[in-house]
Amino acid sequence: MTVEPDRIQHLLRELAPQVLGSLVRRFPDFAASEDAIQEALLAAAMQWQQGIPENPRGWLIQVAVRRMTDRIRADAARRHREELVVSLAPPDEQLALAAGLESEMSRDDSLDLLFLCCHPALSPSSAVALTLRAVGGLTTAEIARAYLVPEATMAQRISRAKQTVRDAGATFTMPAADEFRARLGTVIQVLYLIFNEGYAVSGGPELTRTDLSSEAMRLTRMLHRLLPEEAEVEGLLALMLLTDARRAARTGEAGELIPLDQQDRSRWNREEIAEGVTLVTSALARGAVGPFQLQAAIAAVHDEAPDVTKTDWPQILELYGLLLRIEDNPMVALNRAVAFAMVHGPVAGLARLEALEADPRLLRHHRLDAVRAHLLERAGDREGAIKHYRLAADRTASIAERVYLLTQAARLSEID
Amino acid sequence: MKYMLMMHTPSGGPYQIASWPREDFTRHIDFMKSFAGKIKASGEFVAAEGLAGPDLAKRVRAGKDGKPITDGVFPETKEFLAGYWIVDVDSPERAYELAAQASAAPGRGGVPLNLAIEVRQVMSVPPRDD
Repeated sequence: MTVEPDRIQHLLRELAPQVLGSLVRRFPDFAASEDAIQEALLAAAMQWQQGIPENPRGWLIQVAVRRMTDRIRADAARRHREELVVSLAPPDEQLALAAGLESEMSRDDSLDLLFLCCHPALSPSSAVALTLRAVGGLTTAEIARAYLVPEATMAQRISRAKQTVRDAGATFTMPAADEFRARLGTVIQVLYLIFNEGYAVSGGPELTRTDLSSEAMRLTRMLHRLLPEEAEVEGLLALMLLTDARRAARTGEAGELIPLDQQDRSRWNREEIAEGVTLVTSALARGAVGPFQLQAAIAAVHDEAPDVTKTDWPQILELYGLLLRIEDNPMVALNRAVAFAMVHGPVAGLARLEALEADPRLLRHHRLDAVRAHLLERAGDREGAIKHYRLAADRTASIAERVYLLTQAARLSEID
Repeated sequence: MKYMLMMHTPSGGPYQIASWPREDFTRHIDFMKSFAGKIKASGEFVAAEGLAGPDLAKRVRAGKDGKPITDGVFPETKEFLAGYWIVDVDSPERAYELAAQASAAPGRGGVPLNLAIEVRQVMSVPPRDD
């Protein structure tokens, strides 16, 4: 009996980071470990069609370790290996690592690997690339396609990222308790970046891009499984689900952007909403409120409302207020002004915008003009609304958004 | 985020670089090659092209029957697009930094040209909607 290739592929993607983690722990040469894993995965893809071994992870580790050992024994690789291994771990530690293979077999090293790939020495784009490659198990070509850059560029970015991690003297161990919180914050940010990149692309010809949102959700699920007590991880997963739930309703047939208040809510994914609401409720109950939980809570209020007028805007206003207290972010302040206008009317909202205009971070920012245009329209100032829709269109770097904003300006101009 | 760095060159017929002494010309070309190598090595390169000179440039528009009507050469034009790079960087500041590096390409006698490089953001996709 043969096994479905899809089932094997799925299993291998799940196991790849764990196996790579085990190997990097044992042989702290990231690049060589990855090569060995690739060979083991290739062997598995061929051989498992005849039947999946009883302990697939152990099988992969065995094969990869054998490849690594062969490599280390090879004279050509000796010098390379000595440099790398010695630079990363002292010899006594090496011996201890080598002795612990049995216990490694049962250990899930994905978390350590994720922390390594989201090392603070890396730029955001490098951490993203390394995480997708090493933890996500995507090929360099797939990542390059997802980010619309040449494969050689992505290969270079990943190889430089490995070099940076090595130069930073990163060790394959979890950070100390006092550092853990900040490092987890970086991991969460990287996963969120991946999700956002994927979510932004949800229609039209770009559908062929690798689905980064699903990948980010898969990795965040993994992180949540490994750190079930962490409220912000739970909050992030909730936010992703509650946002992704609206994906189908977010773009029209021609790929045009449909704003939240005009989306067909019957097309929202109820399963994702239910799971997201459960997660954010559980996270908030832990008492360590953070920005991702609050953003998830806001998304949940939107997702549970039957339409825009029945949305609980006072609660959204309250949540943005809390969020603003945690992080001084002008976009949050802008969103709060929108919620304020929904509760207290457009004129009161416009007064709030006056105060935000002084913030240099919002200078010439298209969102400020877009919000102003929207509030001016609601306040009955058609000329002002047209002017600011056009200004916002000039200032956005998103094609879909520009089309949307210009359509609004054109719609208002047609009214006699 | 992606940016297009557009290098404009003073026009007036063919590219003036064509009349430079060999040493200056070679230094300029070496600089451009090394600049391309740098953005490839840093993992920021997306695309780059040099454009043929104004001597080969035509402006085209559709006539009433849809057939092309061409116009040009443009020896009088003040400046011309000489080429471009598209880079994928972490911040606009990084794009400006790269543009400044390219702008300092050596000209006659190795003196930096300090050509104007126009930096334009490549349009992308919108973020989350709440």
